[in-house]
Amino acid sequence: MDKRHQSAEEVLKEIKDGSTIMISGFGEAGVPNTLLSQLKDLHPTNLTIVVNSVTRPHSLPHALIEANMVSKVITTSARGRGKGLSKFEEKLRDGEIELECLPQGTFSERIRASGAGIPAFFTPVGYGTKLGEGKETRNIQGKDCVLEEALKGDFALISANKADRFGNVNFNYTQMNFGPIMATACTTTIVEARQLLEEPLPHNHIQLPSVYVDYLIESEETDHGS
Amino acid sequence: MGLDKSQIAWRAAQDLKNGSVVNLGLGTPVLVSNFVESSRDIFFQSENGILGVGPEAMQKAANPDLVDAGSRKVTLIPGASIFDSAASFAMIRGGHVDVTILGAFEVSVSGDLANWDSGAAGKAPLVGGAMDLAVSAKTTWVLMQHNTKDNKSRLVKDCLLPLTAKNCVERIYTDIAVIDVTSDGFLARELISSVSEEELRNRTGGNIKLASDCCVLKAPYITS
Repeated sequence: MDKRHQSAEEVLKEIKDGSTIMISGFGEAGVPNTLLSQLKDLHPTNLTIVVNSVTRPHSLPHALIEANMVSKVITTSARGRGKGLSKFEEKLRDGEIELECLPQGTFSERIRASGAGIPAFFTPVGYGTKLGEGKETRNIQGKDCVLEEALKGDFALISANKADRFGNVNFNYTQMNFGPIMATACTTTIVEARQLLEEPLPHNHIQLPSVYVDYLIESEETDHGS
Repeated sequence: MGLDKSQIAWRAAQDLKNGSVVNLGLGTPVLVSNFVESSRDIFFQSENGILGVGPEAMQKAANPDLVDAGSRKVTLIPGASIFDSAASFAMIRGGHVDVTILGAFEVSVSGDLANWDSGAAGKAPLVGGAMDLAVSAKTTWVLMQHNTKDNKSRLVKDCLLPLTAKNCVERIYTDIAVIDVTSDGFLARELISSVSEEELRNRTGGNIKLASDCCVLKAPYITS
């Protein structure tokens, strides 16, 4: 078995207009910049992106929005940095893009639930707030809760440190963040790693098992060691 | 003159129990870690997946793969661990974090918190982990200026801004007072010497009383 591929393009061209794409990353750690940069060139449109943050105007997730490729953003952090409006905020104001803002734990748990075969769950987080509006509610064990549905995607784009040819993946420190859960929640998972290995990773270094990974691409990022 | 941001953070740091697990929000709260000696065995949790955040990394040692939730390049303390976002929020939502220290726009007399949507025109929302932390941590503290730049109270009868969570704040550290949220309204535990009880009342929205053992709020001079 060998999931390694020479070119990101041959894999990313499978992403059709209207796809839902999950993108790993928290701050600058774990953002799949090699894949995003190629995806921007291929320019599929009408995408829904599921990403923790679109606050940085110079990041690639934001660049997809600027390039008019995105029709909906599901995120926890949408506010652009600075006092002026980001391109995303301008599009939001002009009704050109849809936003679903979620508490970060709800965001990650909806992704995890999807990958674990849980269609929905109740949580007290968001109850009685603007982000809980319109959601089904129930009092469970004395706690007012909102119902949150599992969130699934067509493609997960994930950045990692090392991957072996079987598709087993290892992350470096906080590069991990949403990577392992997004990989479980999407039909197709594409991982870019700094090192693609012929030999299997040591069993006890594997943080994302091969069953969740479909394609491996070499990242153009610098290696930050392990 | 009231306390500056570092002094507010210093004051809150004095109340942390040794050995506790603490999550610090952006802005003033993150300064709290500057005033906690390593011997106290306090573990700072960062919602991007760290238990045991150490001091900010020196430029040379900075690793872009090792950041906290505020995107600072950080170090790890001995005994620290790294995990994914689902595990991090299970830690938070499962009530395994002892104290969450957050900034705020408003706190109501019943402990409602508004800290995620400033209502600025055209700006999109940013909630991050604030709701998860405020609802789920064993204790929620707020660090904030007592009043806004145009002299409105941030302590209010009812929050006007969108809520983060209801009835969650237990203690507020401001530039002029340390205040508990009680079933009987705000209760000042400490007050700086240059502010009278009357001035405190005038500068506070909602019902506020001085505790019978209310003491003078003091903090050392801190060089930044």
